[in-house]
Amino acid sequence: MKKNKFSILLNGLITENPIFVLMLGMCPTLATTTSAINGLGMGLATTFVLICSNLVISLIKNLVPENVRIPSYIVVIATFVTILEMLMQAYLPSLHESLGLFIPLIVVNCIVLGRAESYASKNKVLDSALDGIGIGLGFTFALGLLGMIRELLGAGTLFGLRIFPEHYGMLMFILAPGAFISLAYLIAIVNRIRKVS
Amino acid sequence: MIYITIFIAAVFVNNIVLSQFLGVCPFLGVSKKISTALGMSGAVAFVLTLATIITWLIFNYLLEPYELTFLQTISYILVIAALVQLVEIILKKVSQPLYQALGVYLPLITTNCAILGVAILVIQKEFNLLESVVFAFSTAIGFGLALVLFAGIREQLSHTKIPKGMQGTPIALLVAGLLAMAFMGFSGIVKL
Repeated sequence: MKKNKFSILLNGLITENPIFVLMLGMCPTLATTTSAINGLGMGLATTFVLICSNLVISLIKNLVPENVRIPSYIVVIATFVTILEMLMQAYLPSLHESLGLFIPLIVVNCIVLGRAESYASKNKVLDSALDGIGIGLGFTFALGLLGMIRELLGAGTLFGLRIFPEHYGMLMFILAPGAFISLAYLIAIVNRIRKVS
Repeated sequence: MIYITIFIAAVFVNNIVLSQFLGVCPFLGVSKKISTALGMSGAVAFVLTLATIITWLIFNYLLEPYELTFLQTISYILVIAALVQLVEIILKKVSQPLYQALGVYLPLITTNCAILGVAILVIQKEFNLLESVVFAFSTAIGFGLALVLFAGIREQLSHTKIPKGMQGTPIALLVAGLLAMAFMGFSGIVKL
């Protein structure tokens, strides 16, 4: 039984990684990974919303009529996003500033609604929470990795620590084109590894 | 003059997809053929302009005076979801050909972050109603422009030989990256 719970966690992290495999939630992935800290911050913020919304939706799944399912899920998700936004404004003002518009936009992140609909509305409370943690961590991992690559190539730093002198950095990787190009190669590499194993 | 500046800024300089990263999901999803790209752009232009007007009115006449601005996210997403449903029902009754052209794309629009994004942006930028409408409409044109260009390139791509690992999403993202680089050439034309 314990192994089973562990596999739910692992499922989100590897087998159904939201970015590399499901390709959901591309907008925040591209926009907020200008540095490793921003990428991880966005990933953890989304994880918080995922866990809470999965938990609540799996609790109320029998109370909500089938027809108004989606709107009520959206309200639950939007509530947690609002809570998250207020918390971040109070305790992490600098991260809130740099993520900006993309915090309210967690509401329309396809991953959150996707997991609510495809997992939390059909499974038990504990499993749904674990699924939220797994998918959230998978998302955080992908965002953190992309953030690290872009920060290293673009600015020559990693989590703010200087690795090589700044004028060797390629600014393009921090700007918009770099986001698309780094993610393209990252997914290509992951595809390659998945084919081999 | 300000309206022309907003238009150029929203279409070219701060293109919604290629420099703001909003609406990337439909950008990657419905860009395999030019005809579907055009249909999606039309549907987005319609809903985006309408949603921006309504959410602007709600914010400035309901949320702001009664100090309920913390409800912004919840109220906006509900308004957008309801609006999309409503547009779908009305289109079905009023104009059958338009419904047939846009119908399939409408349900997808609720989760298009460009809609919610622009609705929040016009409040952040403190635009008045007319400026908001111009901004929303030009943003939609910018979205359409990027989408149609991208679809054209992808149609050509389907005839070329691509390394196995790069097929599908990776090559599409790479093309988007090159397009974004091209659009960077517009930066600095106007300041908003």
